[in-house]
Amino acid sequence: MTDLAPPLSSQRLLAGTDHGQRLNYEQHRATHGDLLLPARKQVHQWRTTMLDQIATAGLTGRGGGGFPTARKLQSGVNGRRRPLMVINVMEGEPAAKKDSVLACFAPHLILDGAEVLATLTHAVSIAVAVARDNPAALHSLELALSERKAARHTPFDVALVAPPGRYVAGEESALAHWLDGARAVPTFRATKPSKLTIKSRPGVIDNAETSADLALIARRGPEWFRSGGLGDACGTTLATLSGNVEEPGVFEVPLGTPLRNVIALARPQGPILGALLGGYGGTFVGPAALDAPYSQSGLRPYGSSPGAGVIVAFDGSSCGVAETARIARWTANESAGQCGPCVFGLPALASELELLANGERVSGIQERILSHLEVINGRGACAHPDGVVRLVRSAFAVFANDFQAHAQGVRCPRAGAPSVLALPENSGEIEWK
Amino acid sequence: MEVRLRVDPVACDGFGHCAELAPELISLDEWGYPIILGESIPKQFRGVAEMAVNQCPRKALFLERVATPTTTPTTR
Repeated sequence: MTDLAPPLSSQRLLAGTDHGQRLNYEQHRATHGDLLLPARKQVHQWRTTMLDQIATAGLTGRGGGGFPTARKLQSGVNGRRRPLMVINVMEGEPAAKKDSVLACFAPHLILDGAEVLATLTHAVSIAVAVARDNPAALHSLELALSERKAARHTPFDVALVAPPGRYVAGEESALAHWLDGARAVPTFRATKPSKLTIKSRPGVIDNAETSADLALIARRGPEWFRSGGLGDACGTTLATLSGNVEEPGVFEVPLGTPLRNVIALARPQGPILGALLGGYGGTFVGPAALDAPYSQSGLRPYGSSPGAGVIVAFDGSSCGVAETARIARWTANESAGQCGPCVFGLPALASELELLANGERVSGIQERILSHLEVINGRGACAHPDGVVRLVRSAFAVFANDFQAHAQGVRCPRAGAPSVLALPENSGEIEWK
Repeated sequence: MEVRLRVDPVACDGFGHCAELAPELISLDEWGYPIILGESIPKQFRGVAEMAVNQCPRKALFLERVATPTTTPTTR
């Protein structure tokens, strides 16, 4: 994550960042104009108007959940105690770089959005959380905060904080837990969505890209924002493209762009057969989905969604079973180690997938995998195990032929082919504090 | 008012007492962690359910009142 290639297409969120240009505060204001926050007397009216505008804009959370932002904020605004506003720049998905790109090249857009959010929720202060193994993003945001201080622009107390960079540490309950002084592990919440608590205050957590979108909506209004998308999809979004492509990187695209055209931006090495969408807890999609609009509604028929903006395009040069096994093992190792079905279920699942991938003939292995998927699903405190289940199920559908051939002991022609996946070393020795 | 059993999976250490006390309502997976059978608890098993809740050494099992009889569990 330290040596980020500059973003390649720049339209709205990435305006002015061509050729790897980091926008300092002055350049940021020259590009986007000033953000006008309401005077004290107008705050109440402004909140009502702004919430309406966010609803009209059709903005949905860009961190993976895709929940309508206006509805989420509504509950944060009505609390009795003033909340702590948290901007989530954790980006634990190994194949995602979009929040890091925003932080490195357009940090002030994130910080402007944080001020919009804090004003909306009447927050006491803002915490911007960046994984501690992401020094480039930390440095850029730190610099951005000092640029704002130098320009005497400090309407809120903003703390830049650096939780451990683990896959599940950016999950909102894990982040709230860490900010509360505990380990960065997900917590069990009997009802979802539930209120998060940080230092006896309500916590409102929003993703960095969502925040940046709000900075633009507050300036240019909901109609302008909507017009960034195609069809019924609203706004642009940042997609991180990798896999069998010549130019992997972060691209800003209109939501609703056909998936095939999104992938084309990264110059595929050959004909693309499908993609992994969302993240490592996302879904594989096959050739039929390539003509679908890249948006929540467009991908729903394929059981998929843009999630955290990850797109790993594949051309069939590597084995689908082997790739699935790799992700299963990696995600098993990233478990926080708290819930039995995740602690024992995910490694069991990974081992079975590895046996199958290695072409070892074990009778009934497919059935065992399917029954493990059933047993693991929905039984963790967070959605981590559910994400793995979703991923493996989608792999069974998309790579049906591969799975069949492996189960029958057919020698895999792509055994030993290089993986298209970015799989960093597992965090190993647990660092949760 | 329907009542159902829930497990706090972080608190649960797989002692398995619950499944022994209320086999009609709880089974165990191959690693010894509880799987809640069915949605709401039939009236005749409410007492058994309460006993299982009270006997959990980790206080990981609890009863939850649900307004509607068939709520679908959330997937995300």
